[in-house]
Amino acid sequence: MTKATAAIVGPGNIGTDLLAKLQASENVDVRWMIGVDPESDGLARARARGVETSHEGVDWLLAQDELPDLVFEATSAYAHRANAPRFEEAGIQAIDLTPAAIGPFVCPPVNLDVNVNAMNVNMITCGGQATIPIVSAVSSIVPVEYAEIVASISSRSAGPGTRANIDEFTETTSHAIEVVGKATRGKAIIILNPVDPPMIMRDTVFCSIPPDCDRDAIAASIHDMVAKVQEYVPGYTLRADPQFDDPREIWNGYARVAVFLEVLGAGDYLPTYAGNLDIITAAAARVGDLMALAKTGVTA
Amino acid sequence: MTAVSDVVVEEPIKESIRITDSTLRDGSHAMAHRFSEEQVRAVVHALDLSGVEVIEVTHGDGLGGSSFNYGFSLVDDIKLVAAAVDEAKRARIAVLMLPGLGTVRDLKQAHEAGASVARIATHCTEADVSRQHFKAARELGMETVGFLMLSHRATPSKLAEQARIMVDAGAECVYVVDSAGAMVLGDAQERVQSVINEISRDAQVGFHGHQNLSMGVANSVLAYQAGARQVDGALLALGAGAGNSPTEVLAATFERLGVPTGVDVQAALAAAEEIVKPMVPRIPHMDRSSIVQGYAGVYSSFLLHAERAGVRYGVPAHEILQRVGELGYVGGQEDMIIDIALQLAQERDMGDLAAAGVR
Repeated sequence: MTKATAAIVGPGNIGTDLLAKLQASENVDVRWMIGVDPESDGLARARARGVETSHEGVDWLLAQDELPDLVFEATSAYAHRANAPRFEEAGIQAIDLTPAAIGPFVCPPVNLDVNVNAMNVNMITCGGQATIPIVSAVSSIVPVEYAEIVASISSRSAGPGTRANIDEFTETTSHAIEVVGKATRGKAIIILNPVDPPMIMRDTVFCSIPPDCDRDAIAASIHDMVAKVQEYVPGYTLRADPQFDDPREIWNGYARVAVFLEVLGAGDYLPTYAGNLDIITAAAARVGDLMALAKTGVTA
Repeated sequence: MTAVSDVVVEEPIKESIRITDSTLRDGSHAMAHRFSEEQVRAVVHALDLSGVEVIEVTHGDGLGGSSFNYGFSLVDDIKLVAAAVDEAKRARIAVLMLPGLGTVRDLKQAHEAGASVARIATHCTEADVSRQHFKAARELGMETVGFLMLSHRATPSKLAEQARIMVDAGAECVYVVDSAGAMVLGDAQERVQSVINEISRDAQVGFHGHQNLSMGVANSVLAYQAGARQVDGALLALGAGAGNSPTEVLAATFERLGVPTGVDVQAALAAAEEIVKPMVPRIPHMDRSSIVQGYAGVYSSFLLHAERAGVRYGVPAHEILQRVGELGYVGGQEDMIIDIALQLAQERDMGDLAAAGVR
């Protein structure tokens, strides 16, 4: 069977972890790793993994006779805004792991099916990938007027980009809770914890639910969704069964379901506690995998 | 030669200290974030008369804090800020915000409502998440204060390094914040001293104390002696955990020490007794749970959340808080209280089964 070819732009921690994941894919063949620094450790790591590399950026990639089917961008929003139109012009599908958000937000078990042929998709945020499946699981059973997520990550897994613009995380994730998770209103909170040994990523999802609804159906939907995410993030687990609280006046008369998650990373390249980074590379790899399948057309 | 006895010893005029009152922010925790506009106006009016220069008004967890995780505000923050600004004749209104929870957008709204002091809070080792907010606050023309929360969790030198990050980002004062009320005397003074050594040429230093181990006022005095020129208080100690250093006690104590605060002691006492006391359902005090918070180094705002989770899952609040301390959770991780309560309930059930001979 033919694999779809791919390039990764951005040989940092995310790009390297993504490479490790995609090299296990049956549908994607990563041929190129692209950077801008000849001394880059990430490019050296990619070469050691048998991938052709260039430090001459996207210019080099697009000048090759053979172009990739897919490109994964793990640079910065600024870089991706410049690169995105060039990829599209060259007919390359782009999976954007930066906050650029040029294409639609994609969360694999929720809305990849409708975006599998989009020329550019955005992977939202780490907290979004961890929590939006749960919001969607609830909103597929009952209307969710308000959903709120709290992502707690180890300080060591929060890079300089996240730290310089933490508002981007809260605003992007809140927005995606609404457009992808289908909550009427979304709110996102991120907490960095420096404890040593580092804490594993934790996520809590709170959804308002109608006072009288089928709680068993909601719980079942959540359990099903967790199983779907586990297909590509094996360390994605519920800490406890969904917790239901009765309606309260201060919740505008709504009841509430609270879901407590832990995301243990696969440890492909990044440390296992950095489940926040793992879940976004795993989700991107999943998107690449399914886009590749759609392209290579194993439609029997 | 002049005989020693001829010299008239004059008491040197001591440098003043500014008390920022946080009854309407830290006190919001103790009120489960249910302050009404009327209450805010009454407290601001009384504080303003007493001469308090800066009054902080925000949800206990800062702008954007109204949520499932921290509790919903009865009245929107921005509305309360606007009411406070309207009521104050002399005092300026401050707002708190925690990056990761509130955003620059919230800060702009507060500024539009008339807030003129921005207090930006991060965990004591994560100051670099505040850079964009200090920049925005300075661009808005607001006075800026940095808040290094749970300061007992960082060494004095680490704290100084983090304070420097905030000053470089635009903070005009950085507070050593004893969010857990865990610092015992020297712990506070060493940290304040270390931060002063690092930033005093560029910025002021402040201290925010809690009463969990009854050290709030004593630590504030030590902080002043080390060179801090701003401290926080709350009327009637109204604040998270066992409450804050009481504003009225700070005013009285500093007056006895000859340190000018600009606050009239009698007016502050009246504000605490006549205005705040009647509106408070429960005056913060050093009970088992809040002492455990000081002892185990737990963020004071976790108290009411732990009590609620304790009732909901049938486990003792102080045990929840003890475990929070052991696991090193930081401000903002209120969701983990439910997680711990669930774990404790499960352990209890397993224990019950074991006791019943089930294997």
